[in-house]
Amino acid sequence: MRMRTLLIGLLALAVGTALLLPAAAQDRTVFIPLLVYRTGPYAPSGIPLASGFVDYFTLVNERGGINGIKIVWEECETQYDTKQGVECYERLKGRSPLVVNPYSTGITYQLIPKAPVDKIVIHSMGYGMTAAADGRWFPWVFNFPTTYWSQASAVIRYIGQQEGGLDKLRGKKIVHIYHNSPYGREANPTLETLARQHGYELTLLAVDHPGQEQKSTWLQVRRINPDWVYISGWGVMNQVAVKEAAAINFRMERLIGNWWTGSEADVIPAGEAAKGYTSTTFHGAGTSYKVIQDILTTLYDKGKGSFERSRVGEVLYNRGVVNAMYNVEALRTAMGKFGNKPLTGEQARWGFENLNLTEKRLEELGMKGFTHPVKITCEDHEGSGPVLIQQWDGKKWNVISKDWIPPIREVVRPALEAAAEQEGKKLGYTRRDCAKES
Amino acid sequence: MGPLSALLAPFQDIVQNPTFFAEVLIGGVAAGLMYSLVALGFVLIFKASGVFNFAQGVMVLFAALTLVGLMERGLPVPAALVVTALVMVALAVGIERAVLRPLVNQAPIILFMATIGLTFFLEGFGELLWGSNVKRLDVGIPDESVKVAGVLVNKLEMTAALTAGILVAALAVFFQRTRIGRALRAVADDHEAALSLGIPLKTIWVIVWAVAGLVGIVAGIMWGAKSGVQFSLSLIALKALPVLILGGFTSVPGAIVGGLIIGVGEKTAEVYWGPLVGGAIENWFAYVLALAFLLVRPQGLFGERIIERV
Amino acid sequence: MIYREAGYFKTTYAADQAVFPILQDRIFVAALLVLAFLLPPLAFSEYWLQAVLIPFLVYALAALGLNILTGYAGQLSLGTGGFMAVGAYSAFKISTAFPDLNILLVFPLAGLAAAGVGLLFGIPSLRIKGFYLAVATLAAQFFLIWLFNKVPWFVNYAPSGTISAPPRTVFGVMVTGPEATAAARYVVALGLVVVFGWVAKNLVRGRVGRAWMAIRDRDIAAEIIGVRPLRTKLLAFGISSFYCGMAGAGLVFLYLGSAETLAFDINVSFLVLFMVIIGGLGSVLGSFLGAGFIILIPIFLTNVPHWLGLPMSVALQKQLELMIFGALILFFLIVEPHGLARLWQITKEKLRRWPFPY
Repeated sequence: MRMRTLLIGLLALAVGTALLLPAAAQDRTVFIPLLVYRTGPYAPSGIPLASGFVDYFTLVNERGGINGIKIVWEECETQYDTKQGVECYERLKGRSPLVVNPYSTGITYQLIPKAPVDKIVIHSMGYGMTAAADGRWFPWVFNFPTTYWSQASAVIRYIGQQEGGLDKLRGKKIVHIYHNSPYGREANPTLETLARQHGYELTLLAVDHPGQEQKSTWLQVRRINPDWVYISGWGVMNQVAVKEAAAINFRMERLIGNWWTGSEADVIPAGEAAKGYTSTTFHGAGTSYKVIQDILTTLYDKGKGSFERSRVGEVLYNRGVVNAMYNVEALRTAMGKFGNKPLTGEQARWGFENLNLTEKRLEELGMKGFTHPVKITCEDHEGSGPVLIQQWDGKKWNVISKDWIPPIREVVRPALEAAAEQEGKKLGYTRRDCAKES
Repeated sequence: MGPLSALLAPFQDIVQNPTFFAEVLIGGVAAGLMYSLVALGFVLIFKASGVFNFAQGVMVLFAALTLVGLMERGLPVPAALVVTALVMVALAVGIERAVLRPLVNQAPIILFMATIGLTFFLEGFGELLWGSNVKRLDVGIPDESVKVAGVLVNKLEMTAALTAGILVAALAVFFQRTRIGRALRAVADDHEAALSLGIPLKTIWVIVWAVAGLVGIVAGIMWGAKSGVQFSLSLIALKALPVLILGGFTSVPGAIVGGLIIGVGEKTAEVYWGPLVGGAIENWFAYVLALAFLLVRPQGLFGERIIERV
Repeated sequence: MIYREAGYFKTTYAADQAVFPILQDRIFVAALLVLAFLLPPLAFSEYWLQAVLIPFLVYALAALGLNILTGYAGQLSLGTGGFMAVGAYSAFKISTAFPDLNILLVFPLAGLAAAGVGLLFGIPSLRIKGFYLAVATLAAQFFLIWLFNKVPWFVNYAPSGTISAPPRTVFGVMVTGPEATAAARYVVALGLVVVFGWVAKNLVRGRVGRAWMAIRDRDIAAEIIGVRPLRTKLLAFGISSFYCGMAGAGLVFLYLGSAETLAFDINVSFLVLFMVIIGGLGSVLGSFLGAGFIILIPIFLTNVPHWLGLPMSVALQKQLELMIFGALILFFLIVEPHGLARLWQITKEKLRRWPFPY
């Protein structure tokens, strides 16, 4: 009976303390919540991403903040789980964040309807809802620098380059292996449209979540004997896919992962066999870039880094850095118009919509060659959307495409606008007239 | 082409391309035995203590994490294996003390829930201890594919299959021929009768949980070699469940036969019939296949017959 | 002393059969209802409504459904997520196909759709029992999720492959869709839970409920005394799925706003099962207590380091949270295997003698 009394007491205590609420203070800072996943099945990807974010923000603050305004952030663990992500968002919303990076397709879809109501910009960098790239329907959502559809078309362009021209694709066999979820299916319509135009034979193979067992998928690949395989995977599915590809002796340089299927973690289990595996990306990997060197000298040499020093420069770490930079530069743009003070959500949105990262600006940031210039407009929340192809040499990822590979925009953009209209109407939105925007 | 002929077309395909069908079969067998490795752990514990051990998946993860973690710290493979085995035995002792003993004689569903609590605990503990990065597990098993009579065979998978076979044989001998094995079977039959014969129930429980932990190490090595050792390993429990019901909760050979049927069944279905309905059917197909068997034999293929009395 | 069961003289059968035969209970429940309807919408922050109370209500409904099946009728099911998905997707289809239909009707209709599917997947229960049945219901879980994932008709061919709550009003107040306030959605969810909680309470103490319990306790014996297993078990599957279906519709329409199939994956089935077991099998109150425990404890554990001002990395915090959560489940089971509902009963018994225990 003692234990029971203790238990009842504990419960009463829990209910009592739960009624306390966290309060927030506001001063001359901008607040950015970080929805991270440092634990759980996706942590191998989540840890470098979050570390890149944190390190870049620290770097900016070390240099005095954004035009003198310090960045304040708080991490919230989502485990890549939608419900926990929503809980995080609701909890951190009270601290008037300017932009939220959901870092999960599921969470992004949750937040898209909330964004205009809460006046918080959503920046889903290279994930989330592709249709949101049409800013006329989705003013609060940004997915630059590129989308899954642009990526898929760029991959086809790359394959065309390798085969000696897009016209050489006729009769070639391409397999798309995708995570059986809305995310994985994103590339399918684009690949199908291009298959009709260029006459390649497309096979779509779904892998169910989580994708630990892909024997049958790769048996099918073996039978089809495709010229190229494109993978849209996530989590453990990536590692198993690379391993299985090696097990059927598939030529690794003809295996192309999308940008969530090409990080260090994905090639580790396959070891040597993964050599030659390629994937898309929209930024460089490694530590040779000035910004990464700055992070190493300014933070890590002084013990202020948030990550293992040896892992700085990993693909997903650098992706976190790029994402943080976009956030910072968009807010800087907004400050250019509204003054160097803490911003409102509307002002932050203006900053994102008028972001113009030129080659020159990138050079100032130490990111020359690291990522591509981006110009956002009212209509276009994606930018020009080019990608790079990188290859795993057994030790690190190296960019192998000579130049940025532009998407096939004349195919992607009309489909995207049609989808935006459909998705926008579903949410009861109306299209805004960009001619009237300042 | 009518729907019926579409359904039948794959048979023609099988006949026309026997080499590929052989590969599908081998793939199915290999995958199925991998499931069996996980299912074995469930069977052992259910057989001797009537507990449906939901934590088996996370025990596999925990074993693999420990092994890799020790190897990363510079221990040679054999030493790391021994230490991991000791850790799993210690875990079994801990579980018996903290969970099983206080919950003795509770309803099966309560014990099931307790193992879920254990799952949460071990997930947190394992990550806390060893971190959440993907780790490469290389215990020196060759991992190339070779062609045997025109059929592509992966050495790692063959090793896994062989290991599963040896493990089952060893466990069968252990259960049938040793003193402890007999005691285990006695406990499985009737706790109280076994107790009155002087069989120490608590020791027996520690032994089965420890053996399940050791089987978990093997499963962890095989699955970890495939996907790297990472958190997702704990999810393989779900792939073992159809094997478990098909073979019967209480039969060690059942886990192997069930694995083979599920593995071959789901791969054949996915490769030949999956494309007709858009693919990715193997997950539910495994369960439906198991369900179909259950409708005929509600206790699984090799399960003990359920005799009901009023 | 204050809480007394003695001293009530019932003069009619109706009074004897009341849900709450004791005056104090009636007052307490009435006060609780008034408080639940008025206080949170007026006084609670959006965080509390959106991240705590609405999911609590939605999951309580699902737990109620599973408790009918597992707690009362004794049929272990792990297909809850699948049945919830049926509810969610049919609610989406119904409300988009008939935009003028009152949204309050959409929920029971979605429940009916789920009930139909539940009946279908309940058929194997006639032959398969216990854990075998649990794993067999997983077939329903995986198949249904696959189906909704695969067939674009279910999402109205949306390119994103997700369903989202369309904006709908009740009495001029927006209750679903992005514009609906958390307070409005909360009130709808609470209304659903109160009405169907009351229905469930009456079901389980009536003839149907007794038949379920007879089947649970010993199905062969029940059959011998004239309870028809086929009808009773299927009825349990149907009604349970009805509740789960409504909960699924609530999950999308009132809580998340939009969802993909991942929102209904196997983890949801497990989560709801935890609620039922922790709360108390075969107890309506237990469904609520269990849902509260499983929803609140993680949120509570996440927030504790904040309130205490402990600097802790989120990863460490999450890992500790998992460990504590797991340990708490074990602790609860060991101390009180019959769930929170039983604890509540013990508290009540203590209160009866308070402040003069003997």
